[in-house]
Amino acid sequence: MIELRGVRKRFGEQVVLDGVDFTVQEGETVALLGPSGTGKSVLLKHIIGLIHPDAGQILVDDQNVPTLKRKDLAALRSQIGYVFQNGALFDSMDVFENIRLGLTDESQYKDAAYAEERVDTCLKLVNLQPDVVLRKFPAQLSGGMRKRVGIARAVAGKPKYLLYDEPTSGLDPVNADIIDDLVKRLGAELGVTSVMVTHDVRGAFNVANRLALLSEGRIVLQGTPEEFLGSSNEKVRAFLERDFDPNRPAAA
Amino acid sequence: MDLLLRPVRLLGRVTLAALAQAGRFSMMVLEIFRGIPEWRIWLPRTFTESYTIGVGSLFIVALISAFAGAVTAFQAGYQWQTSLPIYVLGTLIVSTIVLELGPVLIGLVLAGRIGASYAAELGTMRVTEQIDALESLGRSPASHLIIPRVLAAFVMIPVLTVLANVIAVLAGWWSVKQVLPMTDADFTYGAQLYYRPFDGWYSIIKAFAFGGAIGLISCYMGFNTKQGAEGVGRATTAAVVASSVVILLLNMILAKVLLN
Repeated sequence: MIELRGVRKRFGEQVVLDGVDFTVQEGETVALLGPSGTGKSVLLKHIIGLIHPDAGQILVDDQNVPTLKRKDLAALRSQIGYVFQNGALFDSMDVFENIRLGLTDESQYKDAAYAEERVDTCLKLVNLQPDVVLRKFPAQLSGGMRKRVGIARAVAGKPKYLLYDEPTSGLDPVNADIIDDLVKRLGAELGVTSVMVTHDVRGAFNVANRLALLSEGRIVLQGTPEEFLGSSNEKVRAFLERDFDPNRPAAA
Repeated sequence: MDLLLRPVRLLGRVTLAALAQAGRFSMMVLEIFRGIPEWRIWLPRTFTESYTIGVGSLFIVALISAFAGAVTAFQAGYQWQTSLPIYVLGTLIVSTIVLELGPVLIGLVLAGRIGASYAAELGTMRVTEQIDALESLGRSPASHLIIPRVLAAFVMIPVLTVLANVIAVLAGWWSVKQVLPMTDADFTYGAQLYYRPFDGWYSIIKAFAFGGAIGLISCYMGFNTKQGAEGVGRATTAAVVASSVVILLLNMILAKVLLN
Protein backbone atom coordinates (compact mmCIF):
# COMPACT_ATOMS: atom_id res chain seq x y z
CA MET A 1 0.00 0.00 0.00
CA ILE A 2 1.14 3.53 -0.76
CA GLU A 3 0.11 6.28 1.61
CA LEU A 4 1.05 9.96 1.67
CA ARG A 5 0.25 11.88 4.84
CA GLY A 6 0.40 15.67 5.00
CA VAL A 7 3.17 15.93 2.38
CA ARG A 8 4.46 19.45 1.84
CA LYS A 9 7.03 20.59 -0.71
CA ARG A 10 8.12 24.00 -1.90
CA PHE A 11 10.74 25.06 -4.43
CA GLY A 12 11.96 28.50 -3.36
CA GLU A 13 8.89 30.67 -2.94
CA GLN A 14 6.61 28.31 -4.89
CA VAL A 15 4.52 25.95 -2.78
CA VAL A 16 3.95 22.82 -4.90
CA LEU A 17 2.47 20.37 -2.40
CA ASP A 18 0.58 21.84 0.52
CA GLY A 19 -0.39 18.97 2.79
CA VAL A 20 -1.19 16.14 0.38
CA ASP A 21 -3.03 13.06 1.70
CA PHE A 22 -3.21 10.28 -0.86
CA THR A 23 -3.74 6.53 -0.61
CA VAL A 24 -3.33 3.67 -3.09
CA GLN A 25 -4.59 0.24 -2.05
CA GLU A 26 -2.94 -3.03 -3.11
CA GLY A 27 -3.83 -4.16 -6.62
CA GLU A 28 -5.64 -1.02 -7.75
CA THR A 29 -4.79 1.46 -10.47
CA VAL A 30 -5.16 5.07 -9.40
CA ALA A 31 -5.03 7.94 -11.88
CA LEU A 32 -3.70 11.17 -10.46
CA LEU A 33 -5.27 14.00 -12.41
CA GLY A 34 -4.61 17.69 -12.48
CA PRO A 35 -3.75 20.53 -14.80
CA SER A 36 -0.15 20.88 -16.02
CA GLY A 37 2.26 22.31 -13.48
CA THR A 38 0.29 21.37 -10.37
CA GLY A 39 2.96 19.03 -8.99
CA LYS A 40 1.66 15.61 -10.09
CA SER A 41 5.11 14.44 -11.23
CA VAL A 42 6.66 15.95 -8.09
CA LEU A 43 4.26 13.89 -5.99
CA LEU A 44 5.12 10.73 -7.95
CA LYS A 45 8.86 11.32 -7.48
CA HIS A 46 8.30 11.59 -3.72
CA ILE A 47 6.96 8.01 -3.71
CA ILE A 48 10.21 6.62 -5.07
CA GLY A 49 12.43 8.94 -3.04
CA LEU A 50 13.75 11.02 -5.94
CA ILE A 51 12.46 14.15 -4.17
CA HIS A 52 12.38 14.62 -0.41
CA PRO A 53 9.39 16.32 1.22
CA ASP A 54 9.74 19.36 3.46
CA ALA A 55 7.19 17.76 5.80
CA GLY A 56 4.91 14.75 5.96
CA GLN A 57 5.21 11.00 5.55
CA ILE A 58 5.41 8.84 2.43
CA LEU A 59 4.69 5.25 3.36
CA VAL A 60 5.25 2.38 0.95
CA ASP A 61 4.51 -0.98 2.57
CA ASP A 62 4.66 0.83 5.93
CA GLN A 63 8.21 2.08 5.27
CA ASN A 64 8.67 5.86 5.43
CA VAL A 65 10.56 6.57 2.20
CA PRO A 66 12.33 9.86 3.19
CA THR A 67 13.92 8.29 6.29
CA LEU A 68 15.05 5.06 4.63
CA LYS A 69 18.75 4.24 4.62
CA ARG A 70 20.55 4.01 1.29
CA LYS A 71 20.43 0.21 1.13
CA ASP A 72 16.78 -0.02 2.19
CA LEU A 73 15.81 2.65 -0.32
CA ALA A 74 17.57 0.72 -3.09
CA ALA A 75 15.73 -2.44 -2.00
CA LEU A 76 12.40 -0.59 -2.03
CA ARG A 77 13.12 0.93 -5.44
CA SER A 78 13.72 -2.55 -6.82
CA GLN A 79 10.02 -3.21 -6.09
CA ILE A 80 8.85 -0.07 -7.88
CA GLY A 81 8.88 0.37 -11.64
CA TYR A 82 8.89 4.00 -12.74
CA VAL A 83 7.83 5.01 -16.24
CA PHE A 84 9.19 8.44 -17.06
CA GLN A 85 7.36 11.03 -19.11
CA ASN A 86 9.61 10.79 -22.16
CA GLY A 87 10.89 7.30 -21.50
CA ALA A 88 14.21 8.52 -20.01
CA LEU A 89 15.98 5.78 -21.93
CA PHE A 90 19.77 5.80 -21.75
CA ASP A 91 20.99 7.34 -25.02
CA SER A 92 24.27 5.45 -25.02
CA MET A 93 22.64 2.02 -24.68
CA ASP A 94 20.53 0.02 -27.12
CA VAL A 95 17.05 -1.23 -26.27
CA PHE A 96 18.38 -4.53 -24.91
CA GLU A 97 20.78 -2.87 -22.48
CA ASN A 98 18.15 -0.31 -21.44
CA ILE A 99 15.66 -3.02 -20.49
CA ARG A 100 18.36 -5.20 -18.96
CA LEU A 101 19.16 -2.37 -16.53
CA GLY A 102 15.60 -2.80 -15.27
CA LEU A 103 16.62 -6.18 -13.82
CA THR A 104 17.17 -4.84 -10.33
CA ASP A 105 18.29 -8.21 -8.99
CA GLU A 106 22.06 -8.30 -9.61
CA SER A 107 22.21 -12.09 -10.11
CA GLN A 108 19.46 -11.86 -12.74
CA TYR A 109 21.22 -8.88 -14.37
CA LYS A 110 24.44 -10.86 -14.71
CA ASP A 111 22.74 -14.05 -15.92
CA ALA A 112 22.97 -13.48 -19.69
CA ALA A 113 20.50 -16.22 -20.64
CA TYR A 114 17.88 -15.02 -18.15
CA ALA A 115 18.40 -11.39 -19.19
CA GLU A 116 17.89 -12.22 -22.87
CA GLU A 117 14.74 -14.19 -22.15
CA ARG A 118 13.32 -11.54 -19.81
CA VAL A 119 14.03 -8.66 -22.21
CA ASP A 120 12.34 -10.64 -24.97
CA THR A 121 9.28 -11.29 -22.75
CA CYS A 122 9.03 -7.64 -21.67
CA LEU A 123 9.21 -6.38 -25.25
CA LYS A 124 6.43 -8.75 -26.30
CA LEU A 125 4.41 -7.63 -23.28
CA VAL A 126 4.44 -4.06 -24.61
CA ASN A 127 3.67 -5.21 -28.18
CA LEU A 128 7.12 -4.61 -29.61
CA GLN A 129 8.90 -7.13 -31.80
CA PRO A 130 12.25 -8.02 -30.17
CA ASP A 131 13.99 -8.83 -33.46
CA VAL A 132 13.06 -5.38 -34.81
CA VAL A 133 13.91 -3.11 -31.87
CA LEU A 134 16.39 -5.04 -29.71
CA ARG A 135 19.58 -3.50 -31.11
CA LYS A 136 18.16 -0.07 -31.87
CA PHE A 137 19.19 3.00 -29.90
CA PRO A 138 16.59 5.34 -28.35
CA ALA A 139 17.22 7.98 -31.03
CA GLN A 140 16.11 5.47 -33.68
CA LEU A 141 12.71 4.88 -32.04
CA SER A 142 9.46 6.83 -32.37
CA GLY A 143 7.94 8.60 -29.34
CA GLY A 144 5.38 5.84 -28.79
CA MET A 145 8.03 3.12 -29.07
CA ARG A 146 10.28 4.93 -26.59
CA LYS A 147 7.41 5.06 -24.09
CA ARG A 148 6.74 1.34 -24.57
CA VAL A 149 10.43 0.49 -24.10
CA GLY A 150 10.31 2.67 -20.94
CA ILE A 151 7.39 0.56 -19.71
CA ALA A 152 9.23 -2.66 -20.64
CA ARG A 153 12.22 -1.49 -18.58
CA ALA A 154 9.96 -0.64 -15.65
CA VAL A 155 8.35 -4.11 -15.60
CA ALA A 156 11.58 -6.05 -16.26
CA GLY A 157 12.37 -6.41 -12.56
CA LYS A 158 8.84 -7.75 -11.83
CA PRO A 159 7.92 -4.84 -9.56
CA LYS A 160 5.09 -4.77 -7.08
CA TYR A 161 4.27 -1.16 -7.92
CA LEU A 162 4.25 0.73 -11.21
CA LEU A 163 4.36 4.51 -11.33
CA TYR A 164 3.55 6.12 -14.68
CA ASP A 165 4.44 9.76 -15.26
CA GLU A 166 2.26 11.09 -18.10
CA PRO A 167 2.55 7.91 -20.20
CA THR A 168 0.41 9.34 -23.01
CA SER A 169 1.62 12.94 -23.15
CA GLY A 170 2.83 14.04 -26.57
CA LEU A 171 1.26 11.05 -28.32
CA ASP A 172 -1.43 11.10 -30.97
CA PRO A 173 -4.84 9.74 -29.87
CA VAL A 174 -4.30 6.32 -31.46
CA ASN A 175 -0.94 5.78 -29.73
CA ALA A 176 -2.33 7.25 -26.48
CA ASP A 177 -5.14 4.67 -26.55
CA ILE A 178 -2.60 1.89 -27.20
CA ILE A 179 -0.60 2.98 -24.13
CA ASP A 180 -3.77 3.30 -22.01
CA ASP A 181 -4.81 -0.22 -22.95
CA LEU A 182 -1.30 -1.43 -22.21
CA VAL A 183 -1.41 0.10 -18.72
CA LYS A 184 -4.80 -1.55 -18.15
CA ARG A 185 -3.57 -4.91 -19.42
CA LEU A 186 -0.36 -4.82 -17.36
CA GLY A 187 -2.39 -4.07 -14.24
CA ALA A 188 -4.63 -7.07 -14.94
CA GLU A 189 -1.94 -9.50 -16.16
CA LEU A 190 0.82 -8.69 -13.68
CA GLY A 191 -1.41 -7.79 -10.75
CA VAL A 192 0.68 -4.73 -9.93
CA THR A 193 -0.48 -1.70 -7.98
CA SER A 194 -0.27 1.34 -10.26
CA VAL A 195 -0.33 5.10 -10.00
CA MET A 196 -0.71 6.95 -13.27
CA VAL A 197 -0.11 10.68 -13.43
CA THR A 198 -2.01 12.24 -16.30
CA HIS A 199 -4.00 15.23 -17.43
CA ASP A 200 -5.83 13.09 -19.98
CA VAL A 201 -9.17 12.61 -18.22
CA ARG A 202 -10.64 10.27 -20.83
CA GLY A 203 -7.62 7.96 -20.60
CA ALA A 204 -7.76 8.06 -16.80
CA PHE A 205 -11.43 6.98 -16.79
CA ASN A 206 -10.56 4.20 -19.22
CA VAL A 207 -7.69 2.82 -17.14
CA ALA A 208 -8.14 3.54 -13.44
CA ASN A 209 -10.17 1.94 -10.64
CA ARG A 210 -9.95 5.16 -8.69
CA LEU A 211 -9.04 8.75 -9.49
CA ALA A 212 -7.57 11.65 -7.55
CA LEU A 213 -7.51 15.31 -8.50
CA LEU A 214 -4.56 17.43 -7.43
CA SER A 215 -5.11 21.15 -7.47
CA GLU A 216 -3.31 24.03 -5.76
CA GLY A 217 -1.09 21.63 -3.81
CA ARG A 218 -3.88 19.50 -2.35
CA ILE A 219 -5.92 16.45 -3.30
CA VAL A 220 -9.35 17.89 -4.00
CA LEU A 221 -11.11 14.55 -4.45
CA GLN A 222 -10.11 10.91 -4.41
CA GLY A 223 -12.71 8.34 -5.44
CA THR A 224 -14.18 6.05 -8.08
CA PRO A 225 -14.98 7.30 -11.60
CA GLU A 226 -18.66 7.35 -10.61
CA GLU A 227 -17.90 9.49 -7.56
CA PHE A 228 -15.98 11.86 -9.78
CA LEU A 229 -18.81 12.14 -12.28
CA GLY A 230 -21.28 12.74 -9.47
CA SER A 231 -19.14 15.28 -7.64
CA SER A 232 -20.41 18.80 -7.21
CA ASN A 233 -16.96 20.13 -6.30
CA GLU A 234 -16.29 23.16 -8.52
CA LYS A 235 -12.68 22.22 -9.32
CA VAL A 236 -13.68 18.67 -10.24
CA ARG A 237 -16.53 19.90 -12.41
CA ALA A 238 -14.34 22.47 -14.11
CA PHE A 239 -11.67 19.87 -14.82
CA LEU A 240 -14.10 17.26 -16.13
CA GLU A 241 -16.11 19.67 -18.25
CA ARG A 242 -13.00 21.06 -19.87
CA ASP A 243 -11.33 17.80 -20.76
CA PHE A 244 -13.89 15.06 -20.62
CA ASP A 245 -17.12 14.32 -22.33
CA PRO A 246 -18.59 11.29 -20.52
CA ASN A 247 -20.82 10.51 -23.49
CA ARG A 248 -17.84 10.05 -25.79
CA PRO A 249 -17.06 6.35 -26.28
CA ALA A 250 -13.75 5.13 -24.89
CA ALA A 251 -11.24 3.73 -27.34
CA ALA A 252 -10.99 -0.02 -27.65
CA MET B 1 17.93 52.42 5.37
CA ASP B 2 16.96 50.21 2.45
CA LEU B 3 19.98 51.48 0.55
CA LEU B 4 22.19 50.39 3.44
CA LEU B 5 20.57 46.97 3.73
CA ARG B 6 20.79 46.18 0.04
CA PRO B 7 24.52 45.25 0.02
CA VAL B 8 24.02 43.22 3.21
CA ARG B 9 21.15 41.30 1.57
CA LEU B 10 23.25 40.76 -1.54
CA LEU B 11 26.17 39.50 0.53
CA GLY B 12 23.82 37.17 2.40
CA ARG B 13 22.40 35.79 -0.82
CA VAL B 14 25.84 35.25 -2.34
CA THR B 15 27.09 33.56 0.85
CA LEU B 16 24.06 31.27 0.98
CA ALA B 17 24.45 30.36 -2.69
CA ALA B 18 28.17 29.62 -2.18
CA LEU B 19 27.41 27.47 0.86
CA ALA B 20 24.72 25.60 -1.06
CA GLN B 21 27.20 24.92 -3.90
CA ALA B 22 29.83 23.77 -1.40
CA GLY B 23 27.27 21.50 0.25
CA ARG B 24 26.19 19.94 -3.05
CA PHE B 25 29.82 19.49 -4.11
CA SER B 26 30.64 17.79 -0.78
CA MET B 27 27.63 15.49 -1.19
CA MET B 28 28.88 14.49 -4.63
CA VAL B 29 32.35 13.73 -3.26
CA LEU B 30 30.72 11.70 -0.45
CA GLU B 31 28.71 9.75 -3.05
CA ILE B 32 31.95 9.03 -4.91
CA PHE B 33 33.49 7.54 -1.76
CA ARG B 34 30.32 5.54 -1.10
CA GLY B 35 30.46 4.20 -4.64
CA ILE B 36 34.07 2.98 -4.42
CA PRO B 37 33.14 -0.55 -3.18
CA GLU B 38 31.03 -1.00 -6.35
CA TRP B 39 34.21 -1.40 -8.40
CA ARG B 40 32.65 -4.07 -10.62
CA ILE B 41 30.40 -1.33 -12.00
CA TRP B 42 32.81 1.59 -12.31
CA LEU B 43 36.01 -0.20 -13.36
CA PRO B 44 34.91 -1.35 -16.85
CA ARG B 45 33.27 2.02 -17.46
CA THR B 46 36.49 3.76 -16.39
CA PHE B 47 38.43 1.84 -19.06
CA THR B 48 35.89 2.86 -21.69
CA GLU B 49 35.97 6.52 -20.61
CA SER B 50 39.79 6.53 -20.46
CA TYR B 51 40.00 5.11 -23.95
CA THR B 52 37.51 7.69 -25.24
CA ILE B 53 39.35 10.58 -23.61
CA GLY B 54 42.82 9.33 -24.52
CA VAL B 55 42.24 8.44 -28.14
CA GLY B 56 39.80 11.29 -28.70
CA SER B 57 42.26 13.88 -27.38
CA LEU B 58 45.42 12.52 -29.03
CA PHE B 59 45.21 14.61 -32.18
CA ILE B 60 44.46 17.95 -30.51
CA VAL B 61 47.11 17.34 -27.82
CA ALA B 62 49.75 16.45 -30.42
CA LEU B 63 48.85 19.42 -32.59
CA ILE B 64 48.83 21.99 -29.80
CA SER B 65 52.00 20.72 -28.14
CA ALA B 66 53.87 20.67 -31.46
CA PHE B 67 52.88 24.28 -32.17
CA ALA B 68 53.61 25.35 -28.59
CA GLY B 69 57.06 23.75 -28.71
CA ALA B 70 57.84 25.41 -32.03
CA VAL B 71 56.66 28.85 -30.89
CA THR B 72 58.67 28.56 -27.66
CA ALA B 73 61.76 27.79 -29.71
CA PHE B 74 61.16 30.64 -32.19
CA GLN B 75 60.60 33.17 -29.39
CA ALA B 76 63.64 31.91 -27.48
CA GLY B 77 65.63 32.33 -30.69
CA TYR B 78 64.30 35.85 -31.13
CA GLN B 79 65.31 36.84 -27.59
CA TRP B 80 68.66 35.04 -27.65
CA GLN B 81 71.69 37.29 -27.29
CA THR B 82 75.03 36.28 -28.66
CA SER B 83 76.70 36.97 -25.30
CA LEU B 84 74.96 33.84 -23.93
CA PRO B 85 76.13 30.33 -24.80
CA ILE B 86 73.71 28.84 -27.36
CA TYR B 87 73.12 25.64 -25.34
CA VAL B 88 71.26 27.77 -22.75
CA LEU B 89 68.36 27.74 -25.20
CA GLY B 90 68.09 23.96 -24.75
CA THR B 91 67.70 24.48 -21.01
CA LEU B 92 65.20 27.27 -21.54
CA ILE B 93 63.00 25.34 -23.99
CA VAL B 94 62.89 22.11 -21.99
CA SER B 95 62.30 23.82 -18.63
CA THR B 96 59.57 26.10 -20.00
CA ILE B 97 57.74 23.19 -21.58
CA VAL B 98 58.08 20.64 -18.79
CA LEU B 99 57.54 22.94 -15.83
CA GLU B 100 54.80 25.15 -17.20
CA LEU B 101 53.70 25.05 -20.80
CA GLY B 102 53.00 21.31 -21.12
CA PRO B 103 50.78 20.72 -18.08
CA VAL B 104 49.04 24.13 -18.05
CA LEU B 105 48.35 24.38 -21.76
CA ILE B 106 47.13 20.79 -22.00
CA GLY B 107 45.13 21.26 -18.78
CA LEU B 108 43.36 24.30 -20.20
CA VAL B 109 42.74 22.69 -23.58
CA LEU B 110 41.36 19.53 -21.99
CA ALA B 111 39.25 21.59 -19.57
CA GLY B 112 37.52 22.78 -22.72
CA ARG B 113 37.38 19.46 -24.50
CA ILE B 114 36.74 16.95 -21.72
CA GLY B 115 35.09 19.36 -19.26
CA ALA B 116 32.53 20.54 -21.81
CA SER B 117 31.85 16.98 -22.92
CA TYR B 118 31.31 15.68 -19.35
CA ALA B 119 29.09 18.60 -18.33
CA ALA B 120 27.00 18.41 -21.50
CA GLU B 121 26.60 14.61 -21.28
CA LEU B 122 25.60 14.58 -17.63
CA GLY B 123 23.54 17.76 -17.99
CA THR B 124 21.55 16.24 -20.84
CA MET B 125 21.08 13.06 -18.83
CA ARG B 126 19.82 15.15 -15.92
CA VAL B 127 17.29 17.21 -17.89
CA THR B 128 16.02 14.15 -19.79
CA GLU B 129 15.57 12.34 -16.45
CA GLN B 130 18.10 9.62 -17.32
CA ILE B 131 19.87 10.17 -13.99
CA ASP B 132 16.53 9.96 -12.16
CA ALA B 133 15.83 6.76 -14.11
CA LEU B 134 19.13 5.28 -12.96
CA GLU B 135 18.30 6.13 -9.34
CA SER B 136 14.76 4.77 -9.70
CA LEU B 137 16.29 1.44 -10.72
CA GLY B 138 18.15 1.39 -7.41
CA ARG B 139 21.50 2.05 -9.11
CA SER B 140 24.08 4.56 -8.00
CA PRO B 141 24.74 7.44 -10.44
CA ALA B 142 28.14 7.86 -8.75
CA SER B 143 29.27 4.33 -9.68
CA HIS B 144 27.74 4.39 -13.15
CA LEU B 145 28.46 7.94 -14.24
CA ILE B 146 30.70 10.03 -11.97
CA ILE B 147 33.50 7.75 -10.74
CA PRO B 148 34.40 6.47 -14.25
CA ARG B 149 34.60 10.02 -15.62
CA VAL B 150 36.54 11.51 -12.70
CA LEU B 151 39.01 8.60 -12.67
CA ALA B 152 39.45 8.69 -16.44
CA ALA B 153 40.28 12.41 -16.33
CA PHE B 154 42.56 11.90 -13.30
CA VAL B 155 44.54 9.14 -15.03
CA MET B 156 44.49 10.17 -18.68
CA ILE B 157 45.36 13.88 -18.36
CA PRO B 158 48.81 13.08 -16.86
CA VAL B 159 49.38 10.52 -19.64
CA LEU B 160 48.44 13.10 -22.27
CA THR B 161 50.60 15.71 -20.52
CA VAL B 162 53.69 13.47 -20.65
CA LEU B 163 53.00 12.87 -24.33
CA ALA B 164 52.55 16.61 -24.88
CA ASN B 165 55.86 17.36 -23.11
CA VAL B 166 57.71 14.92 -25.36
CA ILE B 167 56.14 16.23 -28.57
CA ALA B 168 56.66 19.89 -27.56
CA VAL B 169 60.33 19.33 -26.68
CA LEU B 170 60.94 17.52 -29.97
CA ALA B 171 59.14 20.27 -31.90
CA GLY B 172 61.13 22.93 -30.04
CA TRP B 173 64.37 21.09 -30.70
CA TRP B 174 63.65 20.89 -34.44
CA SER B 175 62.39 24.47 -34.64
CA VAL B 176 65.30 26.11 -32.84
CA LYS B 177 67.66 24.49 -35.30
CA GLN B 178 65.78 26.19 -38.13
CA VAL B 179 66.41 29.71 -36.78
CA LEU B 180 69.76 29.44 -35.02
CA PRO B 181 73.05 27.69 -35.72
CA MET B 182 72.45 25.13 -32.99
CA THR B 183 73.62 21.53 -33.13
CA ASP B 184 71.90 18.50 -31.61
CA ALA B 185 74.79 18.23 -29.16
CA ASP B 186 74.24 21.87 -28.02
CA PHE B 187 70.55 21.23 -27.44
CA THR B 188 70.93 17.95 -25.54
CA TYR B 189 73.79 19.38 -23.46
CA GLY B 190 71.71 22.43 -22.51
CA ALA B 191 68.59 20.35 -21.93
CA GLN B 192 70.38 18.11 -19.45
CA LEU B 193 72.55 20.73 -17.80
CA TYR B 194 70.01 22.20 -15.40
CA TYR B 195 67.37 19.51 -15.69
CA ARG B 196 66.37 17.85 -12.42
CA PRO B 197 64.36 14.63 -12.31
CA PHE B 198 61.92 16.44 -10.00
CA ASP B 199 60.97 18.72 -12.93
CA GLY B 200 59.31 15.77 -14.67
CA TRP B 201 57.55 14.70 -11.47
CA TYR B 202 56.41 18.27 -10.88
CA SER B 203 54.85 18.30 -14.35
CA ILE B 204 53.05 15.01 -13.67
CA ILE B 205 51.88 16.08 -10.19
CA LYS B 206 50.37 19.20 -11.72
CA ALA B 207 48.67 17.14 -14.42
CA PHE B 208 47.12 14.83 -11.80
CA ALA B 209 45.80 17.86 -9.90
CA PHE B 210 44.41 19.42 -13.08
CA GLY B 211 42.86 16.10 -14.18
CA GLY B 212 41.13 15.62 -10.84
CA ALA B 213 39.86 19.20 -10.88
CA ILE B 214 38.51 18.93 -14.43
CA GLY B 215 36.79 15.61 -13.69
CA LEU B 216 35.21 16.69 -10.40
CA ILE B 217 34.13 20.17 -11.48
CA SER B 218 32.69 19.11 -14.84
CA CYS B 219 30.79 16.17 -13.36
CA TYR B 220 29.46 18.42 -10.59
CA MET B 221 28.25 21.06 -13.04
CA GLY B 222 26.63 18.48 -15.32
CA PHE B 223 25.09 16.51 -12.48
CA ASN B 224 23.45 19.62 -11.01
CA THR B 225 22.05 20.97 -14.28
CA LYS B 226 18.59 22.52 -14.17
CA GLN B 227 16.13 23.98 -16.65
CA GLY B 228 16.42 22.19 -19.96
CA ALA B 229 18.67 22.97 -22.90
CA GLU B 230 19.50 26.43 -21.57
CA GLY B 231 20.63 24.83 -18.32
CA VAL B 232 22.86 22.38 -20.19
CA GLY B 233 24.47 25.33 -22.00
CA ARG B 234 24.99 27.16 -18.72
CA ALA B 235 26.43 24.05 -17.02
CA THR B 236 28.83 23.44 -19.91
CA THR B 237 30.10 27.03 -19.89
CA ALA B 238 30.40 27.01 -16.10
CA ALA B 239 32.32 23.72 -16.18
CA VAL B 240 34.89 25.07 -18.65
CA VAL B 241 35.28 28.44 -16.92
CA ALA B 242 35.45 27.01 -13.39
CA SER B 243 37.88 24.24 -14.42
CA SER B 244 40.15 26.78 -16.16
CA VAL B 245 40.15 29.14 -13.17
CA VAL B 246 40.87 26.27 -10.76
CA ILE B 247 43.71 25.05 -13.00
CA LEU B 248 45.33 28.50 -12.86
CA LEU B 249 44.80 28.66 -9.10
CA LEU B 250 46.21 25.17 -8.53
CA ASN B 251 49.15 26.04 -10.79
CA MET B 252 50.04 28.97 -8.56
CA ILE B 253 49.55 27.01 -5.32
CA LEU B 254 51.61 24.03 -6.53
CA ALA B 255 54.40 26.31 -7.76
CA LYS B 256 54.58 27.96 -4.35
CA VAL B 257 54.32 24.71 -2.38
CA LEU B 258 56.52 22.43 -4.49
CA LEU B 259 59.13 24.78 -5.94
CA ASN B 260 59.80 27.07 -3.01
